[in-house]
Amino acid sequence: MDILEVKNLKKSFSGTPVLKDISFTLKEGNVLSVIGSSGSGKTTLLRCITGLETADSGLISVAGETVFDSKRGKPVSKAMKRHYQLLTGLVFQDFRLFPQYSVLKNVTLAKELLLKEELKEKKVSKAEKKEMLAKIENQAKSIIESVGLKDKLASYPCELSGGQQQRAAIARALILSPKILCFDEPTSALDPEITGEVLNVISSLAKEGRTMLIVTHEMGFAKEVSDRVLFMDNGIIAEEGTSSEIFDYPRSERLKSFLNSALKV
Amino acid sequence: MNSFIEQFPVVFSALNVGFLQTLKLFAVTLIGAIPLGLIIAMGSMSKFKPLSKAVKTVVWIVRGSPLMIQLLIIYYFPGLVFNNPVWGGGERGRFFAACVAFVINYACYFSEIYRGGIEGVPIGQHEAGIVLGMSKGQIFFKVTLLQMIKRIVPPMSNEIITLVKDTSLARIIALQEIIWAGQAFLKGSQGISGQIWPLFFTGVYYLIFSGLLTILFSGIEKKLSYFKI
Repeated sequence: MDILEVKNLKKSFSGTPVLKDISFTLKEGNVLSVIGSSGSGKTTLLRCITGLETADSGLISVAGETVFDSKRGKPVSKAMKRHYQLLTGLVFQDFRLFPQYSVLKNVTLAKELLLKEELKEKKVSKAEKKEMLAKIENQAKSIIESVGLKDKLASYPCELSGGQQQRAAIARALILSPKILCFDEPTSALDPEITGEVLNVISSLAKEGRTMLIVTHEMGFAKEVSDRVLFMDNGIIAEEGTSSEIFDYPRSERLKSFLNSALKV
Repeated sequence: MNSFIEQFPVVFSALNVGFLQTLKLFAVTLIGAIPLGLIIAMGSMSKFKPLSKAVKTVVWIVRGSPLMIQLLIIYYFPGLVFNNPVWGGGERGRFFAACVAFVINYACYFSEIYRGGIEGVPIGQHEAGIVLGMSKGQIFFKVTLLQMIKRIVPPMSNEIITLVKDTSLARIIALQEIIWAGQAFLKGSQGISGQIWPLFFTGVYYLIFSGLLTILFSGIEKKLSYFKI
């Protein structure tokens, strides 16, 4: 089943087209990597899908829900916007943990806030509420453990290495169980020797069957982890195929030269 | 009353009365300028250009001219030009006028500090909140507010300590604050005249008060030092 469908997506910034008619799909449980040189529109595509940017035209549907349709007449309500927002998760290049909170609180915060909002409308005893919050905390602890930060629960972001911060950021996205987990160059801000710890976490998520959309410059990683790969060039999808088709049998000259230069680095 | 021992209790109680007026002006200025500064900051950051331009011009005028002139204008202008002394006479009127001048002046300074604090929080923090499904209010109160506060504590403490000493400018409209009280013994009051030491002694009040504020603010800074921004 296609869990993500992007159709004829276009986006320009002050007259400069950045996405020129992008269409593709992503199957549930698959990993799709987006590669391409800087400025090719990869990050903008990701930002449109995760709701940080509004495309000019086209359609995006996630898990059967049309989260963006330029032909839709009436504007989307705030509540619906937030509902759509939670369908996708995004891990940023520069982590963006909340500096004033511990790792545990970073992970639980959004889910706690959602719960509190939900409970506002219902009558729930204090004991029940406490139990629900404890459940969130336990879930957070097990997710944090799964990204290898069990002993950093109470640490603050400033006390963590870049790799640890990024793993905490992954845990923070995971707790909301997004239908699609997106990554925007998750290792680009990291020293080469610690990219491995983050990539391992993402690989293990792929093995668990999580649907992921990964913008990356790590070609070896993309080749290994992806079911399908998009090669973007100058705002279009220049080539698309399975991992092997893209990396082992690139067709276009553009992709060949991109892969050559990417492998040299 | 020639000996210092005799003079001291008289001067001390007069200075205390003056200092109470200083403290009142200080407190009213903070209570008024802290929220008004936020409104001015919002105005100067408004996307509606005419509003932000107008607000920025006001801030420029207020920050660019001496507080002493502002005090004089606010106190005398209504009476002299419009023949309408809105402040009323006496100490009460002077206090009102001084409060208005100080609140406006300090609100403009605070607004710039707030603006720096608000604009200093990276947009990435806001976006991180959005992708986690938080509402705008939740992002402000749970994510950006504390980071803003941490940013503005050092410049605010600077400004507030400056305010302690700036209150003495109200002397220019004869507000009976501590400098006025100390100066009275130079000209002659309660049987003491030609004495300069009471004026010097007012410095002790300022030093102790600003010392206490320094301790308070460094306490707040320490409290917020557990995280880095």
